[in-house]
Amino acid sequence: MDLSTLVQHIINGISLGSLYALIAIGYTMVYGILLLINFAHGDIFMMAGYFMIFSVINFGLPFFIAIPLVLILTVLLGIILERTAYRPLRNAPRMSIMISAIGASYFLENLATYLFTGVPKRYPEITWLTKIVTFGDVSFQVVTIITPIVTMILLFGLMTLVNKTKVGMAMRAASKDYEAARLMGIKINWIIGITFVIGSFLAAIGSILWGSKYPSVYPLVGMMPGLKCFIAAVFGGIGNIPGAVLGGLTLGLGEALLVAFIPSMTGYRDAFAFILLIIILIVKPNGLLGEKVTDKV
Amino acid sequence: MEKKLSNKIKNICTIILVILSIFILFLFDREIIGDAYLRRILNLSAIYAIISVSMNLVNGFTGLFSLGQAGFVAIGAFSVAVFTVPEKYIQSIFYIKPMAPWLVEMRLPFVVALLIGGLIAGILAFLIGYPILRLKSDYLAIATLGFSEIIRIVLTNMQTITNGALGINRIPPMRSMFIPFGIAVICIGMMVLLINSSYGRAFKAIREDNIAAESMGINLALHKNLSFAISAFFSAIAGGLYAALLTTVDPKQFYFTFTYNFLLIIVFGGIGSVTGSVIASFVVTYGLEWLRIFDEPLIIGGVTIPFFRAGLRMVIFSLLLMIIVLFFRKGLMGNKEFSWDGIYNFLLRIKISIKQKRYDKMRVYVRKPLKNKGGDK
Repeated sequence: MDLSTLVQHIINGISLGSLYALIAIGYTMVYGILLLINFAHGDIFMMAGYFMIFSVINFGLPFFIAIPLVLILTVLLGIILERTAYRPLRNAPRMSIMISAIGASYFLENLATYLFTGVPKRYPEITWLTKIVTFGDVSFQVVTIITPIVTMILLFGLMTLVNKTKVGMAMRAASKDYEAARLMGIKINWIIGITFVIGSFLAAIGSILWGSKYPSVYPLVGMMPGLKCFIAAVFGGIGNIPGAVLGGLTLGLGEALLVAFIPSMTGYRDAFAFILLIIILIVKPNGLLGEKVTDKV
Repeated sequence: MEKKLSNKIKNICTIILVILSIFILFLFDREIIGDAYLRRILNLSAIYAIISVSMNLVNGFTGLFSLGQAGFVAIGAFSVAVFTVPEKYIQSIFYIKPMAPWLVEMRLPFVVALLIGGLIAGILAFLIGYPILRLKSDYLAIATLGFSEIIRIVLTNMQTITNGALGINRIPPMRSMFIPFGIAVICIGMMVLLINSSYGRAFKAIREDNIAAESMGINLALHKNLSFAISAFFSAIAGGLYAALLTTVDPKQFYFTFTYNFLLIIVFGGIGSVTGSVIASFVVTYGLEWLRIFDEPLIIGGVTIPFFRAGLRMVIFSLLLMIIVLFFRKGLMGNKEFSWDGIYNFLLRIKISIKQKRYDKMRVYVRKPLKNKGGDK
């Protein structure tokens, strides 16, 4: 393999990895506070794709209106989901909440199949994102380079929000001890709402970048990215935002390099993430950057 | 007050029930009542009952949230498919890459293939159980789900054995309804015996409190593993029956959403109730077929109702799952089991409440004139 091919693969891997990272942050934030896998996160990502298709192709809106509209709609969906599927079960046993999350995910998938049929739809092309740039032997779409930059900007924004602002402080308090935070006068429901808003917002941005790269949307499109991003979040240490980014990058690079170095293993590409998950859970159950938790009896 | 029936009456009731169900099954089997469609649904329900009871063994009785059932079902289904497809069809099925020669010579009877599938799944579950089952709720769920996906991906990529993504068809079908029902009764019976044995009590102790169970001398790892492996074994056997019922398998059927069906069944029946799971398997499988009316266009008085088209059925199905989880968390049976005493007391309660209602009516009738008298003054 010559150098330019390797560089190409690495760039693709980093780009895919930052996409995973974006979505993984949504998982990690919800998990940090609610201690719950938001199974429906991948489906929010999928719905964002449909919102874009409908506003651009069916209603003919220009992108500068369509993109904010998609962001708003996705955030709304996230809030509705939290209200209907998670809030009523706040004090229920863990298993019920997880089943509710699975039910919500299943519902969104079936709803999408019903409303938009299972046939893949083409994602609208954002021309300046899909333009192809060539440097010597290496060529890639603009979106490939934009994705890591967007992820980095959002990561820093989010870190400031969490570490420097009052809302961030409330979030950190809630993720440390839910009940104590409530007793200290933090409005838990509000903080959880904010978390879902941020998560859905990131999922919507991720969906726009994803759609420019893989321009096809179907009801199950969010499933695999959703699961892989959860794995990325676990890999970096769930509840930890830089950890999610680290996990996303590792996963993206790993997948790209697996395909690059061992082409015969391409069929096992999706299994790679799961094997990584099982290994990390066995070796270091709290993830690479996760905090050390002692068992309370 | 709970009343108890004597053992004699219970035994008589049981014998009558068994004979009655065998008779009904016989009528179905000889095609005296019902049609092919109904028979297929009933067979499917019996198979689903095995899978849901075995999933309930892990999720409901041992308290481990496992989402890996689809993978084990897939192992069983493919085992039956690979070993029982008649030799004359093999070449036409494996037309992209031929089947491995040592496998072509291995044609086995159905029951042996079923058991081999079960054993492979059980051993695999036992081995993977040691590392995985140390994890806690959410991690365990996602790890088992991941494991089931790995199984599916491996099955897709083993072209010379499983024919890859194309799958295997022309599996010899089951001739009689007594096969799935008989195997279901044996499997569920064995699981019930297990649950009521000392192992079963250990499982329940682990479900209630991990640490307390461990300090009472229960070997956590061993018992969790046993529960997981036994569940995998029976799921794989059900998978084998499933393959023979459909006569065709391919890896796409065992996508992890397949597990969600059984999750709905055990939630609906009550997590921790074998009876609940069995009843729910029949109700849900039949209900899903019944919901098909939502998939067809509905016309009332010449006007087509616009909501009724393909896909609505599954929307309603998933909505039902949400409603049950949100509002009826105990499901049909909670963690109670079927017993003649339970039915007797239930009937007794109905009788008493009917009497009570009659009595209330009479009291109202008697009182009313009295009140009116008071009002006149």
